Amino acid sequence: MDASSANSSSTNSDLHHYRSPLRERVLPRRNSRENMDRFIPNRSAMDFDYAHYMVMSGKTAKENLAVARSPAKEAYVKKLAEALNMNRTRILAFKNKPPTPSESISHDLISYQPPKASKPRRYIPQTSERVLDAPDLVDDYYLNLLDWGSSNVLSIALRSTVYLWDASNGSTSELITVDDEIGPVTSVSWAPDGRHIAVGLNNSEVQLWDSTANRLLRTLKGGHRLRVGSLAWNNHVLTTGGMDGRIINNDVRVRSHIVETYRGHTQEVCGLKWSASGQQLASGGNDNILHIWDRSLSSSSAPSQWLHRLEEHTAAVKALSWCPFQGNLLASGGGGSDRCIKFWNTHTGACLNSVDTASQVCSLLWSKKERELLSSHGFSQNQLTLWKYPSMVKMAELTGHTSRVLFMAQSPDGCTVASAAGDETLRFWNVFGAPEVAKTAPKSNPEPFANANRIR
Amino acid sequence: MASKTASKDIITLRGSAAIVSEFFGYAANSILYNRGVYPEESFSRVKKYGLPMLLTQDEGVKSFLSEINSQLSEWLEAGKLQRVVLVIMSKATSEVLERWNFCIETDAEVIEKGISREKSDKEIMREIQAIMRQIASSITYLPCLDETCVFDVLAYTDKDVAVPFSWFESDPKLIANPQMVKLHSFDTRIHKVGTLVSYKDDEWDEE
Repeated sequence: MDASSANSSSTNSDLHHYRSPLRERVLPRRNSRENMDRFIPNRSAMDFDYAHYMVMSGKTAKENLAVARSPAKEAYVKKLAEALNMNRTRILAFKNKPPTPSESISHDLISYQPPKASKPRRYIPQTSERVLDAPDLVDDYYLNLLDWGSSNVLSIALRSTVYLWDASNGSTSELITVDDEIGPVTSVSWAPDGRHIAVGLNNSEVQLWDSTANRLLRTLKGGHRLRVGSLAWNNHVLTTGGMDGRIINNDVRVRSHIVETYRGHTQEVCGLKWSASGQQLASGGNDNILHIWDRSLSSSSAPSQWLHRLEEHTAAVKALSWCPFQGNLLASGGGGSDRCIKFWNTHTGACLNSVDTASQVCSLLWSKKERELLSSHGFSQNQLTLWKYPSMVKMAELTGHTSRVLFMAQSPDGCTVASAAGDETLRFWNVFGAPEVAKTAPKSNPEPFANANRIR
Repeated sequence: MASKTASKDIITLRGSAAIVSEFFGYAANSILYNRGVYPEESFSRVKKYGLPMLLTQDEGVKSFLSEINSQLSEWLEAGKLQRVVLVIMSKATSEVLERWNFCIETDAEVIEKGISREKSDKEIMREIQAIMRQIASSITYLPCLDETCVFDVLAYTDKDVAVPFSWFESDPKLIANPQMVKLHSFDTRIHKVGTLVSYKDDEWDEE
């Protein structure tokens, strides 16, 4: 009775006093010296259940609210009890501190400084910086014919020939031309060293070339039965995805190169990407399935079981890209009947977000410098869309291609993106920013907890 | 035929304290993994609460958490623990970036009289599972921690608790002008644990 009238009390001061105890419960305010104006306008942060419990019954031993009082007195007692209660709380911390993490791999993005508040919006050029001819580029959605190596050389497969374009001086050279019986070329991928390149072929073989010596090192045979449309490197392991739905891990150093087979897809594997840590592999197929494979679940004898089987896409999943600043975040894009970009937590398999882009998603690239995602599309605009993450606001739409933008690759310095389309052009866009000198890493405090009183 | 309400299990004070401190251990590991405080390779997967949970393999972190947990269990059994806070700070600047606040309400009657309560184990597991899922999906709205971070654990206890030898009094390590998100809570009928995460607002994300 009294409590409810306190609730609907008309005087402002009473209402204020009644509110403060609720707030205090959620976050203790030590003293006004520390500037902590913690008024919470957000109702979801208020514990109404507890408030009701506090008001209705005096069960907790800490406050004595059993005696019925007038509303004003009640509120006063509450506030007094809270104040007293605060003095009765000790905050303790353990003396031995947990080990500080070493500068982990995900923090080697030294250009990844926390952005300053006054950073100006950068200008994103709306037209391509350069256009190159790419005659005979096969207009097949399921292939992966473009890759940019760490030595700053771009490789592109035009029908049965693989060309290399050196980005530093703009020179073009022909790497290989394969015979018509084994070609056309269905995928290309640079090894992490930027020197060796894997070429997947229509006859199910994969050739390994040394690009500087122009020499064929070996041919991987016997794994697949149909064409090899997707490739992904993980140190010395080359993972190949085929039209037969099989994914094979090949150790390129040993004679019998097949170390593992992942079975799960029933149709062509068109998207294949290893995570930055090399622990998880994402694969997308024409069967609309996105699989996540984890190395910790692997076995050498039996075909390995997938970690997650994600069926939310309603079209082929070719576009895959791992987030560089969040280790288990994966972005995937669906084909013509799906048109969505979905974000996944690959540890739990949960779909975090799904955005309808209204156009077939052919390829995805995360920016290495900012929290942005670039997607390439088909009908009707054939555009490249730059999204801000995580708000998924469109920052730019780059048009120029006259046919669906099937392939995209990012320069090693992270500034330029190359895109190739069925209109037989290769375009370069300075979408991720101008090249700049990498900032030095923040000076780390030698003593991690210099402020804490610690006996060590 | 047993009705739905009949499938309850007896929960003692000790059992409830064990559930809460175990929950805190797994929640802390999950937070450290999802927020990227330690590299993901240093975690291994186990099954718990019907979910794939990650536990750190780093000996230092493991021993730190287990020592804290044993003390927390003791305080929980005495009904003296009010809340546990996991604080994430920048290694370079020691600025507090995130505070994971687990506030605990203890049923005083159980402490005084030593009685036990009844609640279905399954239901408690389900409530905990919901919280774990929320922690894992918190990366969607929490600002990215780009820099190397360290963590610490604070315990809010009653004043009349004797400070153990290995603990010392600390400041609350609060965040100025935080954003707060309240997560689910779970209740063992003896201890009710609510979860709240407050984080430093990342202005850059404002569009």
